Amino acid sequence: MISRLENIKQLYHIEQVVQQRHDLVLITVPKEYTVAVVTHLRDYEGFKHMVLLTAVDWIEQNKFQLTYILNNPEEKVDVAVRTMIDRDQATMASIHHLWEQAATYQRELREMFGINFPGSPRVDKPFMLEGWDNIPPYRRDFDTKKYSEETYFPRPGRETNDPKEYMKSKMYPDEH
Amino acid sequence: MSIRNLFKIAEDRSQYPPLNSQGKIDVDLTSHKYLKMWHGPQHPGITGNMSLELTLLGDEIMDCETHVGYLHRGFEKLMERRKYIQCFPIVCRITVPEPDYNEYCFAAALEELSGIEIPETAVWIRTLVLEMARLQSYLMWMGGQAGAFGMGVIGQWANYCRDLVLDRFEELTGGRIYHMYIIPGGVRGLLPDGFEGRMEETLKTIEQYMVDIEKVMFNNAVFKKRSVGMGYIDPSWINQFGITGPNARGAGVPRDVRKDYPYLKYPELDFEPVVGKDSDIYTRADVRRRDLLLSIDLIRQILSKMPKSGDFKAPTPNVLHWKVAPGETYIRSECTRGEFGYYMVSDGTEYPRRINVRGPSYTHAVALLEKMIINANLADVAGLMTSLHTYPPEIER
Repeated sequence: MISRLENIKQLYHIEQVVQQRHDLVLITVPKEYTVAVVTHLRDYEGFKHMVLLTAVDWIEQNKFQLTYILNNPEEKVDVAVRTMIDRDQATMASIHHLWEQAATYQRELREMFGINFPGSPRVDKPFMLEGWDNIPPYRRDFDTKKYSEETYFPRPGRETNDPKEYMKSKMYPDEH
Repeated sequence: MSIRNLFKIAEDRSQYPPLNSQGKIDVDLTSHKYLKMWHGPQHPGITGNMSLELTLLGDEIMDCETHVGYLHRGFEKLMERRKYIQCFPIVCRITVPEPDYNEYCFAAALEELSGIEIPETAVWIRTLVLEMARLQSYLMWMGGQAGAFGMGVIGQWANYCRDLVLDRFEELTGGRIYHMYIIPGGVRGLLPDGFEGRMEETLKTIEQYMVDIEKVMFNNAVFKKRSVGMGYIDPSWINQFGITGPNARGAGVPRDVRKDYPYLKYPELDFEPVVGKDSDIYTRADVRRRDLLLSIDLIRQILSKMPKSGDFKAPTPNVLHWKVAPGETYIRSECTRGEFGYYMVSDGTEYPRRINVRGPSYTHAVALLEKMIINANLADVAGLMTSLHTYPPEIER
């Protein structure tokens, strides 16, 4: 695993390396190199299996973090390639040419986070949501409670509890 | 000539409509040559609520598009607004027939980020619960696969057997389908008195039924004729499409998370991943049947090796004020459909920053199915889908 990382370090600038477990390493690379690093990992370092592609919304820094988890089935190690992209102009190069299932992940990210992947097949088609006209729902600034209060109406006679206060009263009645 | 060569889709497409520059066909519905048909979302042959938009030429499928979203409940978003302990009633709902993999992955990710070691007895009980979940999920699948090819009786037998496993779950955890038994730090309790004996009786009953099922289903001329050579997965697709689990093992690729990335007590158990050769529906069904029998064997091994008493939960911080150290991790486990994983990001607060669930159906039911289904017969669609063992809820967490 270490030698694999050294190979990448010689070619690309890697900002951060975190050894999370003996078989999982998290690396952070600049946005420009991400697809190149992912391609290099797949073609030369044996990380042939794409486990997942997802995004994390760091709204405080106005950034999206994209995480590509890749797996090397022969050496049985994982690497998570992370990159930060601008939240206001969320666009990223597509990797649909590397793995067939990547287009599905990118379609979901386009819909749920509003991250565009130009050129990815069917990326503009709705994946799960139909007729959605609000901000992308998995962004941190989308308020699920407010949305449900505006969209749905409460059933009369139904009691609602604040989950936090209710659990506290049940589990630690003395604290009240 | 081997089966593989006999049933491979021919490169010669002269009898089919020409492909355009995007590798698709130009469908002109006004020509009355093609028919658009929605297979699902309400269809007994579909595994759950998803739909396939099929373009047919005669009864042959020319084009397919998967549509999901009928079950979307926004689990990943809901979890971001809840404390870690409040996520437990949510995670098990992500995969209905085997919720325990969700509970295990979530708990293991939380424990890794918090640096909690769980007691020996709890590790054994978790292994037992995961194998029981595998057993009942395979039994439910067995009914679905047989039903898709018109054998209703198998489904009744298999679901009877599954109910017996659910009885054991009920006495162990209190719940039949959703257990919420694996919690951060360990499990909720020890095995009840006499559990082993009753489990052994259940396993014996299932074994008897499995003999019958093998005779009636796997030697059935209709099932063989419709499944052998059908739904071929080329071994070169495994990495290209991210195929895992029995679908990969049916193609002769021995990928099993239990063996490759040993977790819990699997390194101490004696087993070899079940692999097949021909990579068609029949082989995958056979791989799952043998995996089911392996699961029975593993449950016996676990019950004979595990300690029956001892500490079953490590001390955890007050769950209502539990701040998890910042970090990221990915935890995987082998479920009946393949690699099931949780990617958890913590920002140091009481709430998870992001949780992403990697369900194996995400790749199997969209990219892979859309490729495999081309040139299949309309009547085989349900059997083909069931042979990939897809569950829509894990696509649209």
